[in-house]
Amino acid sequence: MDANLIVFIVMAVVAIGSALGMLLNRNAIYSALFLILNFATVAVFYIILGAPFIAMTQVTVYAGAIMVLFLFVIMLLGAEELTGITTKFDWQRPAAVVLALLMLAELVVVIFFRDTVFGELMQLTDFGTPENIGRVLFNDYLLPFEITAILLLAAMVGAIVIARRVRRKPGQ
Amino acid sequence: MVPIEYYVGLSAVLFIIGAMGVLTRRNAIIIFMSIELMLNSANLLFVAFARMYESLGGQIFVFFVMTVAAAEVAVGLALIVAVFRTKDTINIDEASTLKG
Repeated sequence: MDANLIVFIVMAVVAIGSALGMLLNRNAIYSALFLILNFATVAVFYIILGAPFIAMTQVTVYAGAIMVLFLFVIMLLGAEELTGITTKFDWQRPAAVVLALLMLAELVVVIFFRDTVFGELMQLTDFGTPENIGRVLFNDYLLPFEITAILLLAAMVGAIVIARRVRRKPGQ
Repeated sequence: MVPIEYYVGLSAVLFIIGAMGVLTRRNAIIIFMSIELMLNSANLLFVAFARMYESLGGQIFVFFVMTVAAAEVAVGLALIVAVFRTKDTINIDEASTLKG
């Protein structure tokens, strides 16, 4: 079994499972957290497809900025729609300890035993490096880049204007 | 690399799940999140084809799609907040004052 195929199948199962979790959940905050998990698995796909810069951009912009904004608005509007009483989860703390130890073991393997375990996956080419992306972006795609700058300005102004509270002058 | 058909299939499944979310859920924020899922599935397909044809244009386009998605989320959430201020709900079934 090709190592790439194993990673693809595991990550595909997690991606589809988390997408379904987002779709079927009653609680909007759980849906947002499932979507963050989905974005993280898609970032892993980007890494094995030779796009490390896009993977980090995905984690930073999508999972780090857009979903945080979603969570802010969900909590601002009170859209959780919690049904039923919340029970105390006694199994959470031991599970958290076990998962933290597992993650520590993973990190040790990745840092110290990288060549033996991941030999086939770590084909470092210079396909999607930031340098190459920057070279193409600022030479061939300069006009779309400038247009997206204006688009972001328009979106920022629009969002501030739309979400503004209108103050009425006294006596009107 | 894994055969491109697997990536096309995975992207299609994620897109369908996002489309189901837009069509069946009534919470405006869940609908918005499903739209983001659909955009993400298209991004995944762009990067997969960029790798297959060894062309960086696919990745650049993903960069732009992410930028536009971020701008769209900002404006869309501002709209939802504004609607919530007047109607005190984000259930889209109740946003029907223009209905005949």
